[in-house]
Amino acid sequence: MTEPRTTVPGDELALRPYRLHAHAPEVSASRARRFGTWYYAEHVLRSMRSYRWTLLASSVGTPVVYLFALGVGLATLVDQKSAEAFGGVSYLAFIAPALLASAAIMTAATEFTYPVMDGFKWRRVYYGPHASPLGTEQIVNGHVLAITLRLLASTVIYFLIIAAFGASPSPAGVLVVPVAVLTGLAFGLPLLAYAAGVEDDRGQFPLVMRFVVTPLFLFSGTFFPLETLPLFLRWIGWISPLWHGTELGRALTYGYELPGWLALVHGIVLVVLAVVGLYLARSVFARRLGR
Amino acid sequence: MISAQRLSKHYGDFRAVDGISFDVPAGEAFGLLGPNGAGKSTTMRMIGGVSQRTSGQLTIMGLDPEEHGPEVRAHLGVVPQQDNLDEELRVRDNLIVYGRYFGLPMSYLGPKADELLEFAQLTDKASAKVDALSGGMKRRLTIARSLINEPRILLLDEPTTGLDPQARHILWDRLFRLKEAGVTLILTTHYMDEAEQLCDRLVVVDKGQIMAEGSPAQLIRDHSTREVLELRFGSERNTTVAAELQGIGERLEPLPDRVLIYARDGEAALEEVSARGLKPLTSLVRRSSLEDVFLRLTGRSLVD
Repeated sequence: MTEPRTTVPGDELALRPYRLHAHAPEVSASRARRFGTWYYAEHVLRSMRSYRWTLLASSVGTPVVYLFALGVGLATLVDQKSAEAFGGVSYLAFIAPALLASAAIMTAATEFTYPVMDGFKWRRVYYGPHASPLGTEQIVNGHVLAITLRLLASTVIYFLIIAAFGASPSPAGVLVVPVAVLTGLAFGLPLLAYAAGVEDDRGQFPLVMRFVVTPLFLFSGTFFPLETLPLFLRWIGWISPLWHGTELGRALTYGYELPGWLALVHGIVLVVLAVVGLYLARSVFARRLGR
Repeated sequence: MISAQRLSKHYGDFRAVDGISFDVPAGEAFGLLGPNGAGKSTTMRMIGGVSQRTSGQLTIMGLDPEEHGPEVRAHLGVVPQQDNLDEELRVRDNLIVYGRYFGLPMSYLGPKADELLEFAQLTDKASAKVDALSGGMKRRLTIARSLINEPRILLLDEPTTGLDPQARHILWDRLFRLKEAGVTLILTTHYMDEAEQLCDRLVVVDKGQIMAEGSPAQLIRDHSTREVLELRFGSERNTTVAAELQGIGERLEPLPDRVLIYARDGEAALEEVSARGLKPLTSLVRRSSLEDVFLRLTGRSLVD
């Protein structure tokens, strides 16, 4: 005869909730202080895993479609007409670095708008880690780190496809990858700071897309050299991270002639935008989470 | 373990928390009771080291949360008022990701996550998406998540609001077990039965200030009578009859739907009512509850 059960199944566990042993709180705190940024990045990357196939498909699909349509389709017309207009390179080679940088901007614009709103307001994902040993700065840095890695991955894929199209003739071409990622951040981080301050969704993000991202995409020397624009419109390029990133990229992929000082200016503009954006974002996050 | 002295938090002119003081020793279940907007959540957020105080002193395990944020938060488990689970992750992954914030290794987190899922009765939901869970399940998952670092202090902000009775009782049972295991519980609620079930000691908070403090039984002794006699004379007559009831019991409270007589002996009070020739439609003698204390201290008008 079996002995009658006196406890409900599972009860034994429940009575001793602390069967395993976590390390001491002091250890948690010092690890969080040191590696907190990475811990939060890990979280963001893990949640990306649930739509990894969508990400991969768009990372491959976008460049193929753009390069075919513009770099092959449109280019056959353009190249016939004006072989010299684009510094002696094919139209495909001319626009490839611009498309690469603008793809990074588009991705950054997607990642640093609605998901941020989601973190503060809808599903309030930021408030979980905020109650843990992580600091606000680490939440921001971790989010940015994860998105940077995502930008890096999709930019590498984009670049490989560009290379396969033969649109990056220079051996230094691969260096366009970090430049494009930096361009994405130079646009994305100020946007992150803005998005973190948005309390209610009244359609601000579509407005940003329509009236900021799209004009920048069209008027930053993307499809034609900025010099062909009338002077009173060129300022759009000058303030646009896309123009600075694209000019640098062109120098790298096909040896577009760029004086050293100007290359430096382009680099500085991108770095300054990204760094200022990051600092602003941190202070907006700290204010909003700490209320 | 937790000590607050004249703790205040102002938002502009609004005093959300206005000089409250309390001490919570290790292993105690301490409750903050109060109507909406009383300052309970704000107090919890300050204890949790996520909101800065305007003035006063606050220490948790001897540490000031504003100077040692990560160290203080590493000691705590936090169940916020609103769930903030990551709905893009699966149930078990929510626990693991949270454990990573404490730098806990995967070798610990895997088995620990399984153990906590069992504790929260969510084992068969381990690989479900969070948005497929019911409200009660999400709440249990949030509690499981708060235990991933084996905290000695658990902060629970309205842990059972919005749950059905079954889910509330399961949660109470789980919280009671944690208390037995020596975990210090700090909890806010506006459910009196919850406070009576779980709290060793509680403070009633209203408009950012402490109105009363003590164990549930002591509060009832201090602020109410042993019994309450509830009389209904019909909506029209309740207030007019009240005048004729003067002098019975220790205190009289006419309400639109009934008249309450606070008395040490409810039956004796009822006899006296009949002796005065008054015939209530219904009468009920009951023990005084925490709810009577609460309403006495914080008033009956709505606070929104």
